[in-house]
Amino acid sequence: MTGISTDKRDTLLAMITEEQRTLGFVSKSSMFSMAQWLGIPVAEVYGVVTFHTFFSVKPQGKHVVRSCKSVPCHLKRSEMVASWIGDYLGVNAGETTPDGRFSFELTNCIGACDQSPAMLVDDVLYGDLNQERVAKILKSFD
Amino acid sequence: MSEKRILTENCGLIDPKDINTYLAKQGLQAWRKARKTMTPQQVIEEIKRAGLRGRGGAGFPCGLKWELAGRAEGEKKYLICNADEGEVGTFKDRFLIQNDPFSLLEGMAISAFAIGAEKAFIYLRAEYRYLLEGLRNALRQAEDSGLLEELDIEIREGAGAYICGEESALMNSIEGKRGEARFRPPFPPVNGLFGFPTIINNVETLANVPLIIRNGADWYSRMGTKESKGTKLFCVSGDVSRPGIYELEMGSSLKDLVIGLAGGEDVMMVQVGGSTGRVLPFSMIDIPLAYESVLGSGAVIVFDHSRDMVDFLYRTIEFLNEESCGLCTPCREGIECLIEVLDRLVNGEGVQGDLEILEVSCAPMASASLCGLGQSAPTPVRDSLQYFREAFAGRISQSVLLRSLKSIPSSGKPASYNQD
Ligand SMILES: Cc1cc2nc3c(=O)[nH]c(=O)nc-3n(C[C@H](O)[C@H](O)[C@H](O)COP(=O)(O)O)c2cc1C
Ligand code: SF4
Ligand code: FES
Repeated sequence: MTGISTDKRDTLLAMITEEQRTLGFVSKSSMFSMAQWLGIPVAEVYGVVTFHTFFSVKPQGKHVVRSCKSVPCHLKRSEMVASWIGDYLGVNAGETTPDGRFSFELTNCIGACDQSPAMLVDDVLYGDLNQERVAKILKSFD
Repeated sequence: MSEKRILTENCGLIDPKDINTYLAKQGLQAWRKARKTMTPQQVIEEIKRAGLRGRGGAGFPCGLKWELAGRAEGEKKYLICNADEGEVGTFKDRFLIQNDPFSLLEGMAISAFAIGAEKAFIYLRAEYRYLLEGLRNALRQAEDSGLLEELDIEIREGAGAYICGEESALMNSIEGKRGEARFRPPFPPVNGLFGFPTIINNVETLANVPLIIRNGADWYSRMGTKESKGTKLFCVSGDVSRPGIYELEMGSSLKDLVIGLAGGEDVMMVQVGGSTGRVLPFSMIDIPLAYESVLGSGAVIVFDHSRDMVDFLYRTIEFLNEESCGLCTPCREGIECLIEVLDRLVNGEGVQGDLEILEVSCAPMASASLCGLGQSAPTPVRDSLQYFREAFAGRISQSVLLRSLKSIPSSGKPASYNQD
């Protein structure tokens, strides 16, 4: 029957999450060792890593800024938020600052549309953004 | 028209960090009643009679689902609480977990008792990691209060993928696989997580359970319409002066919600149910909010007359394109096709026949996609074309005009002469 898996396989997502959170990315060598430990092909691990937006196979900045771009935030001018963030950090969405402090990403709805436009910095939610607030928030992470 | 706050009654009144404040508000009474005075079958009967339907979007009768799982043969059974809440415009589950996590846990304990599950999961989206600590704290307190004597609840975190909210993809995700949807049948109540009978319910659905058991099915089913009982949480966003969560009796009108409560003005259109939800022009604003008419996850996104329908639809389909798991062809290729045409339209490069391509692309998606994402992606497309066709047709004639202007060289000579 399909659906039955080894006892360990279901720990994969949590293992990857842990790796991502401690190192800021999921390295090739960690994917190899996870695959070996679970007894599954590396491609399977890679497949799970690349499926999720919170995982990265390239080193990410110390802090990850996720600016929401879905429709309710778009109605509240989320592209302005993205440009303020980009200006402040000096990078485009999808990039990491050269000093490795910030990665900047655009994300789909983060469930805060009552406070649009909204963003996450790491695990913290910030809503009702304006230019001043964005600068202040990012400064607090400097 | 005012709100009817039964599910959110505790929200703001109790301290979500302290179960004693919950106990002071009849907390855990339903669970005790179920455990001491009812059999699992009676609990299921009560939920069936109450007419509770799934609040996650699809509206499947909750009691029936439980009954299927309760009856299914299996060495063990699982309960999963779906807290993935990825639907655009939806934030009610966040609100419930933030303000009253105990009702959810009590509902889960009752549900597990009814179907005979000893293990449960809460699948929490990564974007809600800031809820994790509060939820864990609530779990610990519930354990200390004896609520979880026979149930082990484990929180599993997602990692950023809308499709993982779809029940079969969610199970794959918990199993450590890519969050792709599964072929069905078999359905989860018979063969779900790790191959065992599994119930998957939304946060709001489970949070309703203690109310029903405590006050009885008759009390509950007196609220609402024929097919939709009780209340529903609505998440209003967009062009309104008071965005937020509103709890209304099922069957309330969209107008009361959008204009009366949330303060919408100059409304052009409302999308109900999130990215794959219905697109309703202002002329339909009197529609009742219920499973029989329009409901979905409870997302209500309001657009005023300053908004552009083509831009709206492009962004909506772009979202679905990014979030489709890509497993089945009708969805993967269908959305690709939609986005190609919409991309042309937003960039002023539309051609005659584009609207027909949009329409033709929808049919196979709706009928042949593997899961709800592909099946209902055509909904906003069809509605937009039906109610706002001029906006799309206008974009094509503008594109044609733009091209004809570009082809006229500024000096009046053929373009090639201008280059040297
Ligand atoms: C693409 C897609 C995404 C979904 N996302 C969610 C979600 O985030 N939360 C949720 O409760 N249900 C979601 N659902 C619905 C679930 O598949 C399932 O119907 C629901 O969790 C069942 O619970 P309920 O009967 O209590 O509503 C989604 C469905 C689809 C097709
Ligand atoms: S309909 Fe779309 S999201 Fe669902 S299984 Fe098919 S490709 Fe994946
Ligand atoms: S659209 Fe940005 S939080 Fe929902």
